[in-house]
Amino acid sequence: MSFLVGENMTGGYGSADILHDCTIGVDKGQIAVIVGPNGAGKSTAMKATFGMLDLRLGRVMFDGEDITHLKPEERVLKGMGFVPQTHNVFTSMTVEENLEMGAFIRRDDIASTMEQVFDLFPILKEKRYQPAGELSGGQRQQVAVGRALMTQPKVLLLDEPTAGVSPIVMDELFDRIIEIARQGIAILMVEQNAKQALNIADKGYVLVQGANRFTDTGEALMANPEVRKAFLGG
Amino acid sequence: MSTLFNDKRAPILFAGMFLMLVAVGVLQSWSVTFTLLNMCLISAIMALGVNIQWGYAGLFNVGVMGFAALGGLAAILVSMPPQPAGYAAGGLGILGGLAIGAGTVFASVWTYRRYKRYSYVALVAVVGYLLMRAVIDPAVAAIEAVDPSVSGWLGGLGLPIVLAWPVGALFAAAAAWVIGKVALGLRSDYLAIATLGISEIIIFFLKNEDWLTRGVKNVNGLPRPVPYEVDLQESSAFQGWAQTLGMPVDDASGLFVKVLYTLLFVAVLAFILYLSEKALNSPWGRMMRAIRDNETAAAAMGKNVTWQHLRVFVLGSAVIGLAGAMLVTLDGQFTPTTYNPLRYTFLIWVMVIIGGSGNNWGAVLGGFFIWFFWIQAEPIGLWLIDSLTSGMDPASAVRAHLLEGAAHMRLMTVGIVLLITLRFAPKGLIPEK
Amino acid sequence: MADVLNALVLLANFLIVPGLTYGSQLALGALGVTLIYSVLRFSNFGHGEIMSFGTMFTIFFTWLFQGWGLSIKPLPTALLALPFGILATMALVMIMDKTVYRYHRENKSSNVIFLIVSIGTMFVIGGIVRFAIGPADQIFFDGTRFIMKAREFKQMTGLSEGLAIKTTQGITIVTAVIVVAFIWWFLNKTRTGKSMRAYSDNENLALLSGIDPARVVMVAWLLVAALAAIAGTLYGLDKSFKPFTYMQLLLPIFAAAIVGGVGNPLGAIAGGYVVALSEIAVTFAYKRVVGYLVAEEHAPETLLQLLSTDYKIAVSFIILVIVLVIKPTGLFSGKTL
Repeated sequence: MSFLVGENMTGGYGSADILHDCTIGVDKGQIAVIVGPNGAGKSTAMKATFGMLDLRLGRVMFDGEDITHLKPEERVLKGMGFVPQTHNVFTSMTVEENLEMGAFIRRDDIASTMEQVFDLFPILKEKRYQPAGELSGGQRQQVAVGRALMTQPKVLLLDEPTAGVSPIVMDELFDRIIEIARQGIAILMVEQNAKQALNIADKGYVLVQGANRFTDTGEALMANPEVRKAFLGG
Repeated sequence: MSTLFNDKRAPILFAGMFLMLVAVGVLQSWSVTFTLLNMCLISAIMALGVNIQWGYAGLFNVGVMGFAALGGLAAILVSMPPQPAGYAAGGLGILGGLAIGAGTVFASVWTYRRYKRYSYVALVAVVGYLLMRAVIDPAVAAIEAVDPSVSGWLGGLGLPIVLAWPVGALFAAAAAWVIGKVALGLRSDYLAIATLGISEIIIFFLKNEDWLTRGVKNVNGLPRPVPYEVDLQESSAFQGWAQTLGMPVDDASGLFVKVLYTLLFVAVLAFILYLSEKALNSPWGRMMRAIRDNETAAAAMGKNVTWQHLRVFVLGSAVIGLAGAMLVTLDGQFTPTTYNPLRYTFLIWVMVIIGGSGNNWGAVLGGFFIWFFWIQAEPIGLWLIDSLTSGMDPASAVRAHLLEGAAHMRLMTVGIVLLITLRFAPKGLIPEK
Repeated sequence: MADVLNALVLLANFLIVPGLTYGSQLALGALGVTLIYSVLRFSNFGHGEIMSFGTMFTIFFTWLFQGWGLSIKPLPTALLALPFGILATMALVMIMDKTVYRYHRENKSSNVIFLIVSIGTMFVIGGIVRFAIGPADQIFFDGTRFIMKAREFKQMTGLSEGLAIKTTQGITIVTAVIVVAFIWWFLNKTRTGKSMRAYSDNENLALLSGIDPARVVMVAWLLVAALAAIAGTLYGLDKSFKPFTYMQLLLPIFAAAIVGGVGNPLGAIAGGYVVALSEIAVTFAYKRVVGYLVAEEHAPETLLQLLSTDYKIAVSFIILVIVLVIKPTGLFSGKTL
């Protein structure tokens, strides 16, 4: 069983189900990517593993423990980090304060973690006293990821981290994400840019209408002609 | 079962209200009952006005006091006799000053449209204002110097006071139009604060512009739409009538006057209620509620939300102004100092919320109910404290303090009732259909 | 030269010192309104009554201490009683939050409903205050009245205009500076303060970061209680305590908060001074000031007063309305808590 896994998840926000028997998992040090057409329930599937919607069926296991009924805040305490797609920084607070707030639940010294984040994203060190709201889109995403890393999570969930950034910034962000995974953190992310994302993925999930269509390694999915034709534009 | 209850709920509540008024008649006196009832009727009309704005359209107007006071202003300006001495002293100056004032407003608006610079507008406004003051100040001083203890103002038109009621509605509507134009685009809580501020400005104006309102010197002895008690007491027909009723003539005349007011007010309330119900159930009413429940969707469907809001704001304020004029008519005097937001704004709001926002009958019931308790909480509280502390030493300072404080129980009671309603029955006593 | 100095002293005595005093009182009040707005996201119409409640308890403790013969002359006894007034106010807002606001928070009531709820609390607290202390005026200042008397100033400087500074004015300004510095330090330097700013900035992200909303709300209320009790007591010491006046203070306080940009603490403070100084400046008669500055034959005949003093309080409402209409985000917008 994977380190984090949502098994046979069925449910939605209201009466209508969005997910249908969907299974998604990721292991430590791995990058798992969820791709699929618009409205396939990609974000919903990831949010389901984070407890942001009620599951009618299925369960979520984290490090061998059933966390299906925990609230998102409680999952943060367990060691999950989540970076929302939008509104993911405290715009009125400085970069440094954003990182401090990320580490809010920690009572120990956070200085070394902050140094690690600054090593990962050097630009943040430069802009540490600047309000996050004044940064560019790509820099904001770095703050957002950095904030989530401050809790020293075992799993990091990223909701379209490259939405709205230029291709160069996107490559840069992906490089950083690989680097984070190498430190032994499990990364589960939803991506609109399927090709680039599957390139770096250890594991890929192709969702259609809230159900698993293809599940394989990133490489294999890239090689699968059916996937290429239907989802990667040939 | 529940539909049965809902259908009968309103009649049962109104019957209960009626019984309470009767109980006051039997236990205290019929005169008290009709005094209460007349104020209940006026409160109900005010509550209807607020309900039109809040219940139909979700507009949070906390300037009720200002519109009611403008209605009161209409009452004195229409009914009081003119003061020729005042006009002779400064009529022209006032007229000229007002013309300059109006000109300044137009010039400011024009400047804004032409240059879009607030600094230019401010310059125009300040210059115009100083000019106006230069013309109007001597005139005001002259008018206010004319026999200040009894006159010192321009007086009114000397017309029948009932005419003041529609005029009061017009005054309030005109003010609402201006206020709505500038403030309706604001977020709900800003609109609330803005209207609260504007209503205070209106009261300040009425308090301080003696030439127009006599200010804190008050206007007393307004003409009545009904006969005077002394005239009744002297009429032999009335004396005979009182005799057949077995009542002393004094009591009978007082009661008769109050009942006449009641009849007048009931007629007005019925008229407004009829119109309100008609409007609420018309396509327009449905559209207003659609806008209230989802402004964005309504705007997307091509409804002009701003214009509709302005319309409903003006209509509701007009109803409040009408009620304000009726109130001053009933009091027979205009006292600007008595207007305070607690009594004239927030209490009306409590009536609407507790009665049932969006439901006209609810607003009427709320008006009755809350006014009744606002007045009766004092004797009830006094009685409660008196009986609770009856075991204490009659000379005890604590008991004396408690008895003295009983008058303030009503503030607390109304607040608690409001909080309980918001929590347990947010739709009010008679919920919106 | 002496004329210019005289004119300046005249301005200082009648405009600047009273303006700074009243401005400090408004600023502390507006800070409370802004904190509630940032954290709980509604305009608290009950704030004036909370101030009134805190002042009332300070007065009770003042009487108690006076009864015991405690005194900190030349300072007023009320300063000794103030911490107890603050504690009483904290108890009040905690009870209020638990019994009234928490339910609406959990049920995600709209902000208009919160506003109406706050009107309900205004009635209840207003009733409690009037019931407990009565609606009458209370003067509870004791201690030395003046830091500097006009006569002493004239003797000292030889000018013909005097500058008087009341003890209450000095206390108000000093206290305001200390409190504002404390609030700034708390919001920018402490973990709890920063978590409050984070919560105000982005509620969902604050939750994801493990910030406990219940705690943020509680701390906000406690701060507001302290601010309200301090502002109310300072105002009451300087003028007098009367429940009705405190309800009327609500609008100038809202005006200050909005002028400064709701949700912005520094703006609220600036707004307090803007409102207070304009109230006085607009209704101040400049005749004598100008009289010092121009040659005698040009001395003005009129009072040179923009609005009569009757309209003093109305000025704050006018500013409020103008700001709401022209720039509803406030003059110092752009930065939230």
